[in-house]
Amino acid sequence: MWDYSEKVIEHYRNPKNVGKIDDADAVGKAGSLACGDQLKIYLKIKDNIVTDAKFQTFGCGSAVASSSILTEMIIGKSIEEVKKITNKDIAEQLGGLPPEKMHCSVMGYEALEDALKTWNNDNEALSDLKKPEKIVCTCFEVTENQIWDAIKQNGLKTIEEVTNYTKAGGACGKCKGIIQDIINTYQAKEQDAQKLSPTQKILKINNIIETQISPELQKDGGDINLVDIKDNKVYVKLHGKCSTCKNATLTIKRFVEQTLKTAMDEDIEVIEA
Amino acid sequence: MIYLDNNATTKIDEHVLEAMMPYFQEEYANPSSIYGFSKKASDAIKEARGVIKDFINAKDEKEIIFTSCGSESANTAIKGVLTYNKSQKHIITTKVEHPCVLNLYQTLEKQGYKVDYIGVNSDGDLDLEELEAKITADTALVSVMWANNETGVIFPIKKISEIIKSKNKETKFFVDAVQAAGKIPIDVQENGIDLLGISGHKFHAPKGIGALYVNSKTLITPLIVGGHQERGKRAGTENVPYIAGLAKAAELAQDGLKYEATEVKRLRDKLESNLLKNIYNSRLNTGVSNRVPNTTNIGFEYVEGELILLHMSDLGICASSGSACTSGSLEPSHVLRAMNVPFTAIHGSIRFSLSKYTTEKEIDYVTEKMPEIIQKITAISPYQDELAELKKHKIANGRY
Repeated sequence: MWDYSEKVIEHYRNPKNVGKIDDADAVGKAGSLACGDQLKIYLKIKDNIVTDAKFQTFGCGSAVASSSILTEMIIGKSIEEVKKITNKDIAEQLGGLPPEKMHCSVMGYEALEDALKTWNNDNEALSDLKKPEKIVCTCFEVTENQIWDAIKQNGLKTIEEVTNYTKAGGACGKCKGIIQDIINTYQAKEQDAQKLSPTQKILKINNIIETQISPELQKDGGDINLVDIKDNKVYVKLHGKCSTCKNATLTIKRFVEQTLKTAMDEDIEVIEA
Repeated sequence: MIYLDNNATTKIDEHVLEAMMPYFQEEYANPSSIYGFSKKASDAIKEARGVIKDFINAKDEKEIIFTSCGSESANTAIKGVLTYNKSQKHIITTKVEHPCVLNLYQTLEKQGYKVDYIGVNSDGDLDLEELEAKITADTALVSVMWANNETGVIFPIKKISEIIKSKNKETKFFVDAVQAAGKIPIDVQENGIDLLGISGHKFHAPKGIGALYVNSKTLITPLIVGGHQERGKRAGTENVPYIAGLAKAAELAQDGLKYEATEVKRLRDKLESNLLKNIYNSRLNTGVSNRVPNTTNIGFEYVEGELILLHMSDLGICASSGSACTSGSLEPSHVLRAMNVPFTAIHGSIRFSLSKYTTEKEIDYVTEKMPEIIQKITAISPYQDELAELKKHKIANGRY
């Protein structure tokens, strides 16, 4: 018998906002029939505000409860606020989930992320910049990025925790070695970021910009260079097509900042100089 | 509360409890002691051994060993045979065995044993040709369950035993009869069985007592080493009240076999046919015949099993699911996967298992409530198009 909170029980017994929005502005999906749970989320968005949200879920009690509470959490919120929601927030709103069920909250987060990604064309153009995702767990089709995000958002330290949050490694177990590698890489990176001296930090950020970020922007006829670094604030300047692109802010936030955060430190903020 | 999870465990019969009571506070002597006070305790064990011998039609009382549970019976049998005869390193079992047996074989594989896992078809029936082909001179043990805990499907034990003996007379045959005992007749001699395990709490004895049959031609190395109890095959002071309870439960089960085969089966069939008829997204996960009389395993398509069980529980109905979510493991039932139950149904599979205590009124209530529960959960499924298609198909075929 699972130890479900009152809130979880309330939401699977009487889920809120069930159904489909036929003229939805954004639709997001996570999970699959084979894996045993799937969530579809439908959003109506007006003036940057989520005015309505509905869901359909195939899954267990905590999957339905996660979906249901997620719709309640986002209705009436601005896109900026909605973007900040993580799986941890969903679990917290539910009064906690059993460790083995944390992947249900992750599924909610992934469906929401998926919906926002396809929300408008601006974002779609950005998602092209992303590299194809590498699948780590073939049983449950869990990607390296999903595992990385779960480790980062929830401070996961063991393979078992990663399995509880993402399902990865929960079936045949062949990918457990890779999961351990990802955990090790993440932890090494965390330590690295903490240990760097100011000069080392500048050199490392500059190196990432030159080798990972600049070549991507050059493909689209633009470029970037480092202007200054103050604490965790990284000032950059865009060149070429990037400097006139209407998506410049998004490029900086979603691609440049994300790349630096992943490689260096979660607290880095990138600002256009 | 309506309890339809009798393959998980059962309620203790009041006569069983009554038979156990004297051995807690009155006749509490250690049966191995020599004074007169221990006579009633040692007599109780002797009598119980006779009852279990008759229950499974063993030749001799000495072939019965009392254990603590089904898992201990299986571990004692399997490790006992393999340890006694270290020269043979090959084992044959099935893909649908109980985890207590499967996990043991996985451990043995790591220790250098070669294990073949025989498959089943979509009805749950064993591939006997594959089994026959796998038996070699090196095969130490064939290990097969009599009835499957999840589906109730019965394996043809006599035929399997004939196949084994025709290929290799030295190969030992272990049968896990935990789900068969008390539901169908068990005859170890008639079926050519070398070792057989049962567990009391599946037929109205308490949890914590089981038995293992080892025929006189089969030698095993004991699992638990210590005192001389159970003729050196299982050390540890005998659990007298529970052994008395197991014997009483076996006696009652033997007398109740006809009731199982008629009345329990009738109620099971009634529940099954009504659910299949009244719920369009349902399917029987097994063949129709060849099952123990109390079990049905039904898949509800495009809905998930844990959620079904939670809604059933809200109405006081207890059953089990083959879904991944109920177990804490992330994979759905290995039994249903071995049978190739489609992904649309495997996660929404529910096992209903009845007992002699199940009433007509209870079955009618569950029959009435299940369609409402499934409809409520189906309404939130993201697979509405597929469900509409399924409904159309069922109506067209006159099955809904």
